[in-house]
Amino acid sequence: MNPDNMVQSTGEWLRGNGPESDVVVSTRIRLARNHAAFPFTCRASSQQKTEIEHMVRERLARLERAPPLQYMNVAKLSQLDRQFLVERQLISRELASAEGPRAVAVDSRESISLMINEEDHLRIQVMRSGLALDEAWQDIDAMDDQLEQVIDYAFSDEFGYLTACPTNVGTGMRASVMLHLPALGLTKQIEKVFRALQKINLVVRGLYGEGSRASGDFYQISNQVTLGKSESAALTEIREVNRQIIEYERQARTLILRDTKQAIQDRVARALGTLQSATMMTSEETMELLSSVRLGVNVGLVSDVPITLVNDLFLHTQPAHLQKLMGTQLDGEERNAARARYLRTRLREGGPTPN
Amino acid sequence: MKCQLCDKPATVHFTKVVSKKITELHLCQSCAEQQQIPSLGDLSLSAILQSLIGQHVGPLSERLSRLTCPTCGLKYMEFRKHGRLGCPADYNAFRAGLEPILLRVHRSMRHVGKVPRRRKPEAHETELLDLRQQLRQAVQVEAFEEAARLRDLIRKKDTANEPG
Repeated sequence: MNPDNMVQSTGEWLRGNGPESDVVVSTRIRLARNHAAFPFTCRASSQQKTEIEHMVRERLARLERAPPLQYMNVAKLSQLDRQFLVERQLISRELASAEGPRAVAVDSRESISLMINEEDHLRIQVMRSGLALDEAWQDIDAMDDQLEQVIDYAFSDEFGYLTACPTNVGTGMRASVMLHLPALGLTKQIEKVFRALQKINLVVRGLYGEGSRASGDFYQISNQVTLGKSESAALTEIREVNRQIIEYERQARTLILRDTKQAIQDRVARALGTLQSATMMTSEETMELLSSVRLGVNVGLVSDVPITLVNDLFLHTQPAHLQKLMGTQLDGEERNAARARYLRTRLREGGPTPN
Repeated sequence: MKCQLCDKPATVHFTKVVSKKITELHLCQSCAEQQQIPSLGDLSLSAILQSLIGQHVGPLSERLSRLTCPTCGLKYMEFRKHGRLGCPADYNAFRAGLEPILLRVHRSMRHVGKVPRRRKPEAHETELLDLRQQLRQAVQVEAFEEAARLRDLIRKKDTANEPG
């Protein structure tokens, strides 16, 4: 697999056809695993990292019941291609910016990715569209079962799967659900929801990683505890909290449509109008406007923009995607012009008009 | 959005919650630095972890400060500084310093959940880990004969237990 061949498409998790997809964009589960007989990545020599990389690669090829995986040598990719894989959520920022031998293996649907020599030797990740914690767990559990047949995991009865950072030790599992919560944002209830979440030990982050401000009203909710709580208990907790937030968001949508329909209609129409006609567009403004359009589509105020197109645009207007689509490196200003041009073309092709 | 203190674009967005009172700041990088707002990196999980390490193992650090992992050579103070362990054996070597942190982060010190079905004795794995460390040192001091011997030994021990 080569990043150049991936650029026109999106992974299946972004298709917007999973359960509760009016509110939930995607579900992701990752497992942190290490080989028992090597030092952790940060303490391994370059030669040892190469050894780990080769070993994992060779053993992945032996798996009988895994989907075919394409292997990419991250150390040899250009900075643009690494950024591209980060935007697609196939690799982490840490793996992109790390040094030394490292790699990723991805299936053709982009639903499974295995990072090698990240903070842990192995980071297994499964992505699904919508709220699909059980399905994602089944996939990743099966993948992990196969890998444990060929790789000697660092595991202790007492502390579970041993990881480089003690915040991951135990199950090594982090499950995240990415939510789109524009109505809770508009009705200013979002802070309240998050304060409640922090009390029960779940972490909330904006889209695209740790600590970043939520842009486009996207939020990721993940479990924090990995020791002393089983995978299924952690998943149940996360599922229940998400069900509640989905309910709040839907109530808020009903409420704003009932009480401030004209204002919402105006907001959505302006967002779409701007996206269809502006000549310069920053990434941040794009996220905010697309968020309004996405809300408009989901509450029936926009009928002729397919949700898959909106999801596509969120990804394709990210800096690395844009540059690969244009086939050239672009600086900030050029990027804003190219982004606006791309949005105009894609949104006019579909011929959407606000109701 | 513009910086609240000058007209440059705001790139640092800081939300402070102190006893339910929320203050928001939107600043450009240079104003944020002047105001000593922690950067995004500082708010990451690992930074939080490090502040926990500081808080919870403070009183123990006299004894802990001299601890070194016999397997990978990591010093406890290095873990304290960077928040990352060096090898699986550190969990035993630094137990006294880790347990308060685990308790604070996870409210637990004992694994519950999945267990790999195929497992090798821990002693075997630690031995291999040890041999790899020796090999690395041998290569560093250019003791190539010793390195070759160790490499063969690792290969033999590793394949003797090759999964099957």
